Amino acid sequence: MDESVVADCRRLAAEIADEVQGFIDRHTTVGVERTVARAYGIDGADDQGAPLVNLLVERVHAQKLLGRGIAFFLGRELLRGAPSLQEAAERLAYGAAPVDPSGPETLAQIQAALAAPTLAALARIDAAVHERDGKRERLAMGPTPHKYVIVATGNIYDDAVQAKSAAHGGADVVAVIRATAQSLLDYVPHGPTTEGYGGTYATQANFKIVREALDAAGAELSRYVMQTNYSSGLCMSEIAWMAAVERLDMLLNDSMYGILFRDINMERTFVDQYFSRRLIARAKIVVNTGEDNYLTTADAVEAAHTVLSSQFINEAFAHRAGVADEQLGLGHAYEINPWIEDSFLLELSQAQLVRQLFPKHPIKWMPPTKHKTGDIFHSHVHDALYNLVGVTTNQSIELLGMFTEAIHNPLLMDRYLSLKSARYIFSAAKHLGEELEFKKDGIIERRAQEVLANAHAMLVEVQREGIWDAIARGAFAEVKRARDGGKGLAGVTARAAEYVNPLLDALEGRA
Amino acid sequence: MGHPTSPHLLRAYGDRDGDGMVQMSFTLQVPPSAIAKEAARQFAEAHGLKEALVTAMEECGPGFTYFVVYGHSVHHVDLSKIEVPEVDIPDLDKKEIEHRIEERIGRKVVVVGACTGSDAHTVGIDAILNMKGYAGDKGLESYKWFDTHNLGAQVENEALLARALAVGADAILVSQVITQRNSHKENARALVELMKREGVRERFLLVFGGPRVDHKLALELGFDAGFGPGTLPKHVAAYLMTRMIDRQRASAFPGKAGTAHE
Repeated sequence: MDESVVADCRRLAAEIADEVQGFIDRHTTVGVERTVARAYGIDGADDQGAPLVNLLVERVHAQKLLGRGIAFFLGRELLRGAPSLQEAAERLAYGAAPVDPSGPETLAQIQAALAAPTLAALARIDAAVHERDGKRERLAMGPTPHKYVIVATGNIYDDAVQAKSAAHGGADVVAVIRATAQSLLDYVPHGPTTEGYGGTYATQANFKIVREALDAAGAELSRYVMQTNYSSGLCMSEIAWMAAVERLDMLLNDSMYGILFRDINMERTFVDQYFSRRLIARAKIVVNTGEDNYLTTADAVEAAHTVLSSQFINEAFAHRAGVADEQLGLGHAYEINPWIEDSFLLELSQAQLVRQLFPKHPIKWMPPTKHKTGDIFHSHVHDALYNLVGVTTNQSIELLGMFTEAIHNPLLMDRYLSLKSARYIFSAAKHLGEELEFKKDGIIERRAQEVLANAHAMLVEVQREGIWDAIARGAFAEVKRARDGGKGLAGVTARAAEYVNPLLDALEGRA
Repeated sequence: MGHPTSPHLLRAYGDRDGDGMVQMSFTLQVPPSAIAKEAARQFAEAHGLKEALVTAMEECGPGFTYFVVYGHSVHHVDLSKIEVPEVDIPDLDKKEIEHRIEERIGRKVVVVGACTGSDAHTVGIDAILNMKGYAGDKGLESYKWFDTHNLGAQVENEALLARALAVGADAILVSQVITQRNSHKENARALVELMKREGVRERFLLVFGGPRVDHKLALELGFDAGFGPGTLPKHVAAYLMTRMIDRQRASAFPGKAGTAHE
């Protein structure tokens, strides 16, 4: 592999991310500001289910004052006699008079009033990190590839039962799939939920319920079982905060997924992903990026390089948010048409390439879905080859394929059989990768060179035009999005000169 | 097995005619044991499997056991009594469809499509409507004689209907991918009811699509047609064109309306 090409890919990705970072650093969003409010302990919802943080932020935003940051107003309310931040938030959200646009308080006074609550917010994250470290030290972690399974009943209490079953069956990571509608909700539902289609709502209470179930299973099994959810959609940073304090281990989190696959506005997504990743970095959560999705809309052979170039870009954005390589589970997938000749070799090539280019990264490897049919018996064989590539190339996190992928959300026994097959293959071929050397100039090596060269060419192009225009012309996943299109743009606002966000300052290491 | 066979009576085929061999796999909420195994055997027999043989019994979760059972199914089906409604679509390419619309309708056919309810999966509606299409077949947006409005995901029935009325749509396309607890049927049925309440059901061709949709289901729900997996944009285009021409003929010769709605 030509190391100079790899280095140049990273340089180009850095320049692409830097250009966007300039925009990010001048803007905030309703999502970011609600996250700040949550971090200050503001909790609760009204009788319609509208969270207080939404009412609070919307009120300030409606007066076009959100550019100062919600912390500005919360801190000022403390100076004006509010006994707590919760009380401050309620006064601002429900008060009869509009939010006061002016006042004698100085920024220094406001910052000082928020110093202790900011430290308390950080301490909550750090306490969860400390607890996770302690548990992982006492309980062993399963070997890699970590076996990752999903549960998706719609009812959090059923999810907890299924999550425990999965852990008993050998799962190292359990994801609760989110209700399909949630990514486009501009608020996080409150409390435990028992109704959801396509999955279960991500709420702080639901996180806690699954955490307890997995901790209980882990204690029984003497094995730490990881929990994951989705820090994506219009509330990606709020969910990152909830996950940080409820001790989730992983989060699906991507710098561009929401733009491409949920038609969320790009400005909104770039600003939100940054703050979410600042929290994730502090919480030592492993992110799983979403490049695997590119191959569900585009052809996996032709578009392989788009996955790789996006991984370099995702890495660059993550570094700018302080996320370490060891936290960066870059995503890719086994989605090549299984019936083309040497499809297995092409998959092996791509998986090995990603492993070598990102050696410290806990790579997230996704199973075949696009070419799955209702033939469960063939599907099980398809998954077996996927598992063989996964263990041979030492992928770190492997979402297990389900032979009922094309039919329904996995049943208990579907998951069991999937885990059993993975257990067999991961053990039977445990050291295969160490025994293998790829033939010089053979099919696998040449394919890897080709994908890398194409990714480099794509990064050159994206760097030249800028990511905004690249996305607009459909460079990724063949999906086109306009800079001023998509959902959530109204929630983006320029930061004012007096923008106050002590939490971000601390996360950026400036306080 | 001694069962009479006839060309119409169909039994499951294992390795010889009429043996009725079937496999079942299922989970019971009981730990593995001799009793559990017998329970699985009886469960299979209750489904009509004679000489049921439990070939696998494994704990698939605390207190849950997974079974594989083989047996001879006693059931048969009579082919001569089966009726499956199918959408009658002429096999035409894009050019011919365009030509017929131009010649016989003489204006653009207006189509509104959406994934309704909480469904966020636009892959189906996009495949049919968007320029790119599916499997090399261009979507309706690429047709000169279709005016398409793809409203995307999570569209409420009320919003869909309002838009269809506003743009004077000829046809409404509903896509549903998520099928958990039959949400696809509920959303679709609710749209039909809404249209009836508003007295506009007959104004539109109403088409249902999705991986779990077929023409029979669509008719049961009160749609005009249903399209399942493997449908190409040109199939939907040909259907809409044909029905639009039928409708035009029906309004020109009201006495010969025929089967405007099955």
